[in-house]
Amino acid sequence: MRILLDKISHAYDGTQVLQDISLDLGKGEIVSIIGPSGCGKSTLLRMIGGLERPTSGQVLVTGAAPQGCLNPLTYIFQDFALLPWRTVAGNISLVLEDHGIRGARAREVIDDVLARTKLSDFRKAWPRQLSGGMKQRVAIARALAVRPAVMLMDEPLSALDSQTRELLMDDLVELWTRTPFSAAYVTHNLAEAVRLGHRIVVLSRRPGRIREVVTIDMPLADRPAHMAELEKIQRDLWDMMRDEAAAADRELADA
Amino acid sequence: MRDTKTEIRIPADAKPVPFRGGGFRQRRHPLLAPLVLAALLAIWWAGSATGVISPIAMPAPKDVIDAFRDLWTTGALWTNLSVSLYRLLVGWILGSLLGIAVGLMIGLFSQARASALPIVSALFPVPKIALLPLFIIWFGIGEGSKVATILFGTFFPTVISTYAGVDAVDRGLIRMGQSFGLRWSSIVRKIILPGALPAILSGFRISFSIAIVLLVAAEMIGAQHGIGAYILMAGSLFNLGQLFAGVILLSAIGLFGSWLIGLAERRMLDWRQ
Ligand SMILES: Nc1ncnc2c1ncn2[C@@H]1O[C@H](COP(=O)(O)OP(=O)(O)OP(=O)(O)O)[C@@H](O)[C@H]1O
Ligand SMILES: [Mg+2]
Repeated sequence: MRILLDKISHAYDGTQVLQDISLDLGKGEIVSIIGPSGCGKSTLLRMIGGLERPTSGQVLVTGAAPQGCLNPLTYIFQDFALLPWRTVAGNISLVLEDHGIRGARAREVIDDVLARTKLSDFRKAWPRQLSGGMKQRVAIARALAVRPAVMLMDEPLSALDSQTRELLMDDLVELWTRTPFSAAYVTHNLAEAVRLGHRIVVLSRRPGRIREVVTIDMPLADRPAHMAELEKIQRDLWDMMRDEAAAADRELADA
Repeated sequence: MRDTKTEIRIPADAKPVPFRGGGFRQRRHPLLAPLVLAALLAIWWAGSATGVISPIAMPAPKDVIDAFRDLWTTGALWTNLSVSLYRLLVGWILGSLLGIAVGLMIGLFSQARASALPIVSALFPVPKIALLPLFIIWFGIGEGSKVATILFGTFFPTVISTYAGVDAVDRGLIRMGQSFGLRWSSIVRKIILPGALPAILSGFRISFSIAIVLLVAAEMIGAQHGIGAYILMAGSLFNLGQLFAGVILLSAIGLFGSWLIGLAERRMLDWRQ
């Protein structure tokens, strides 16, 4: 399944937030989206996920969703969005129930995704008992349970400390290597962007426009061994963004 | 360089850092409440026995016990308690159910909010006991008017706590439900209702005590039986022992109710601490 963004523009109450964004998101491809604060990254992701309508332009889908896919466009949220009144297993079962998957079939799916996210020992735990990293792994497990075609991740690791972030990045790469999924990965963290992105889309400050698309040809699994090259790309990206980010920061301070 | 042994020499003038983190924390003292109660009863009993507490101001403990014995032997306890509990429970349960339903509507639909909320806000502060004469005309002098008073009295606070609870549900969770394509009914049942439940249950505590107040008021105005009528009768005869017995019954009902609500909270909100 492919996602096409066709000349997306959006304004909130007269403030232009996004301008003329055209982009395609191929099968099995991870696209990192970076840009200064307030440039409309989350807004763009909400549009891809069908949670908001752009003022002009459209988001298109081509090709069939993979077999057994329950929710083609699936989110992973920065704040995890777990129901505190459901256990780990209950949170995953939540997204299966509406598809009529209950009982033994649900248990099978839940066991599988918990094993893939290394959470098998925690199926009966309450969210309040879990650390931030484990909560986000539960959210990833929940997303995997509906076999998404495209994962929409809005700063999924921002609420975590840097060591947990490293571990979860490895986990994501491992998951992707085993079964490639496509993803739009919004982040502020350039290291994450170059570690996980096949392409990196750099947005300008508000109104967000595509400034640059950087392609990284190195396979995801090889990247930890080539940190020096990645760091160079990261520095280039930062040079590109520095002035924009500084300007955006002043803009927010004035507002 | 690794050094796992960290021996330090403690100088002679070293003193421990003074502790100042105490206080401002509630601890459990399970024995204190019974002790205080026993002490108060003892003072009451001693004061009445020695004549320090005049029997005109306070009945002696013995008078209250006698009143309870009378209530028991004549069967008046059951007559009064059963009619009062019937009115209280029917009025409170109906008022709560209607209140939750209307509160959910107000919380979920902006049309319902725009049309019903002003009316609810206008009627909420009206003391419902002032409407009893009206309810007598509408529902008759019998049980109907008393149940209606309690129903209306508990309806409005329940509406308000329910819709406030719905408003307080994390929008991010609702958005999560939408992003996974959950049905509208599933979002309401599995996300909004459980999220509003803490507010609804703590609303129950308030509405239950309002219900007891209205029960007594309604029974004092026009009833032959019931705890309110019993207290009114005792008061007009200056039988303080009976009056106290009635008040103790009311307090017991209130305690029992809040114990039940606490039980429901522990059962249904076990996902909290
Ligand atoms: N629902 C809304 N109504 C009005 N304005 C909004 C709304 N959502 C976002 N905005 C505005 O649109 C702009 C872009 O917001 P968005 O959250 O998409 O930015 P972002 O790039 O994700 O920022 P950040 O990096 O801080 O997460 C911001 O100026 C924000 O104030
Ligand atoms: Mg954002």
